Amino acid sequence: MKFLQLPPQVQWSIAAIFGLLVLATVVVRVLAAVRPQANWTELRQRINSWWLMAVVFTTAMILSRRISLAFFAFVSFMALKEFFSLIPTRRADRRVLFWAYLAIPAQYYLVYIEWYGTFIIFIPVYMFLLLPFRMVLVGETDGYLRAAGTLHWGLMVTVFSVSHAAFLLILQLKDRPDEVVGPGLVLMLVVLTQLNDVCQFLWGKSLGRRKILPAVSPGKTWAGFVGGVATTTLIARFAGPLLTPLDATQSLIAGLIIGIAGFIGDVNISALKRDLQVKDSGSLLPGHGGILDRIDSLTYTAPLFFHYVYWLFDWQTFGAGAVGL
Amino acid sequence: MNHVLRFLFFALLIRPILLVICGLNVRHRERLKCDGPALVVANHNSHLDALALICLFPLSRLSKLRPVGAKDYFFRNRWLAWFSTRILGVLPLDRDRKSGRRDLLAPISDALRDNQIVFLFPEGTRGDPEELSGFKTGIAYLAKRHEEVPVLPIFFHGLGKALPRGEALLVPFFLDVFVGQPLHWSGNKADFMEQLTRQMRGLAAEGNFPAWD
Repeated sequence: MKFLQLPPQVQWSIAAIFGLLVLATVVVRVLAAVRPQANWTELRQRINSWWLMAVVFTTAMILSRRISLAFFAFVSFMALKEFFSLIPTRRADRRVLFWAYLAIPAQYYLVYIEWYGTFIIFIPVYMFLLLPFRMVLVGETDGYLRAAGTLHWGLMVTVFSVSHAAFLLILQLKDRPDEVVGPGLVLMLVVLTQLNDVCQFLWGKSLGRRKILPAVSPGKTWAGFVGGVATTTLIARFAGPLLTPLDATQSLIAGLIIGIAGFIGDVNISALKRDLQVKDSGSLLPGHGGILDRIDSLTYTAPLFFHYVYWLFDWQTFGAGAVGL
Repeated sequence: MNHVLRFLFFALLIRPILLVICGLNVRHRERLKCDGPALVVANHNSHLDALALICLFPLSRLSKLRPVGAKDYFFRNRWLAWFSTRILGVLPLDRDRKSGRRDLLAPISDALRDNQIVFLFPEGTRGDPEELSGFKTGIAYLAKRHEEVPVLPIFFHGLGKALPRGEALLVPFFLDVFVGQPLHWSGNKADFMEQLTRQMRGLAAEGNFPAWD
C-alpha cells in the first residue's frame, strides 16, 4: 500500500482534508435545515465538487508517482482545451493547436525523467519557437500575431505553470536523498492555494466592503484579500514545518507568497474571462465553473512556490546524469 | 444491429473520445427524455454529430438510438453498409427522388412506431463548419404523420472545429450542446418549419461563441 509509504504527516493532512470536507458538508446541511428559505444549491454543488476533487487528487497522489504525474498532465490538458475552446482561434490553425496539445505529454515526460534543465525551457523556448514556425508553414498571415500570442500564452498558463506542481513531487534533498519530501510539498502548495481561495471568499463575504479591483473582478474586496493572505500565512506557518523541510520562518514567507500570488492568478483569469465576456470558463465542476476557474490561483502559486523552495535548499542535481545520457 | 459490438464500439472508443478527449458541455439537459419515441433534430457540421447525439443518452438506451443517414453515402459499399447497419444503427434515407413512388420515410416511421429515438439532420448535408443552413421539410412530413411523437431540436457547436468536413485529424475542443423545447405538429407545414427554425436560432443565440475564421 503506497499510502503507508507517505510520511505520517502527509497521511494526517489527507485525513484532515476529508475531516474539513465532512465538517463543511455537515455545516451546510444544518444551515439548510435551519434556514430552508435561503438558496443553498450553489454552496452544496460547490462542496460536492470539492469532494470529487479531493478524492481524485488524493487517490492520484497515493497510488503512484506515475499516476500523480498523469493526473497533473490531465489537469493541464483539460485547462488547455478549455482555453482553446474559449478564445477566438483561426480555422487555419487547427494543426497548430494539435502541436500545442503535444507539448503536454512532452513537458510531463521531462518531469518524469527528472530532466530539470529541459523541463524549465521546453515551453518558454522550444514551443515558443516551434508554434510560429508551424503557423508559417500553414501560410495564413491574417491575425498571425494575435494567434501566435494567444496560443503561447495559453500553453504557459495551463501547461508550463501547472507542471511546476508536478516537478515539486519528484524533488529530493541532496543531503537526505532517502527522505520523501515531494508529496508534502505538493500537498502544501495545492491545499494552501485552495484554502487561500476559500479564505479570501469567506473574509470578503463577511467583512468585505471596499473593492480592490472593481474593473476586473467586482466581487473582490480589500478585506477578502488581506484576511485571506493573513489566514493562509498563519496556516502555512504551522503546516510548513510539519509537511515540508521548510522551517517556521521559511513557511511564513511561503504562505505569504501563496496568498498574494493566488490572488493575482485568480484576477488574471478573471480579466481573461471579462475580455472574452464569459462568466465561467466552463461547466466541468458544478458550483465552481470550469477547470480554469478552479486552477486560476495555482497557475501563479505553483511556479512561484516552486522557485522559492528550489532556491532555499540544495536539491539532487537533475539533468543528463539523471536520464543516463 | 450487432448489440455487443455496438456497445463495445461506443463504450470503449466513441464515448472516451467525445466525453473525455473532447467533452460535452450540455445546456438544458433536463429537457432530454430518455424514453422513445422521439424525433431529435440537430444541425450538421461533422461526422461526429450523430455519434455525439448518441453519447448524450445513457449507454443502457443504446439499442433504442437510431441516426438517419443518406443511403447513397452510408451504404455505398458492402463494408460501409455493414458498419452503418450493425454498428452505427443507421436508418437509410434514400435521397434519390427518381427512385419511384416508394415511401422514402418508411424506415423512420417504422422505428418511431417501435418506440425508438431517431436522430435527423434536416440541413441535409454537413454544411460549412459552424454555419447554420436552411432545413429541409421532410421533418414536417414526419411530424405530421406521427403527431404524438415529440420533435426535440438540439443545437451543436464545436464539432465542426474538432473534426470538420474533409479533415481526418481530430483536434480536441469542448463541444457545446443546447437542448431545445419539444415541438409537436402544429397543423401547418410552413408554421411548423418556422417554429423549428426559430428554436434553432434561439438555441444558437444562447451561446457566446468565440470567432473562428
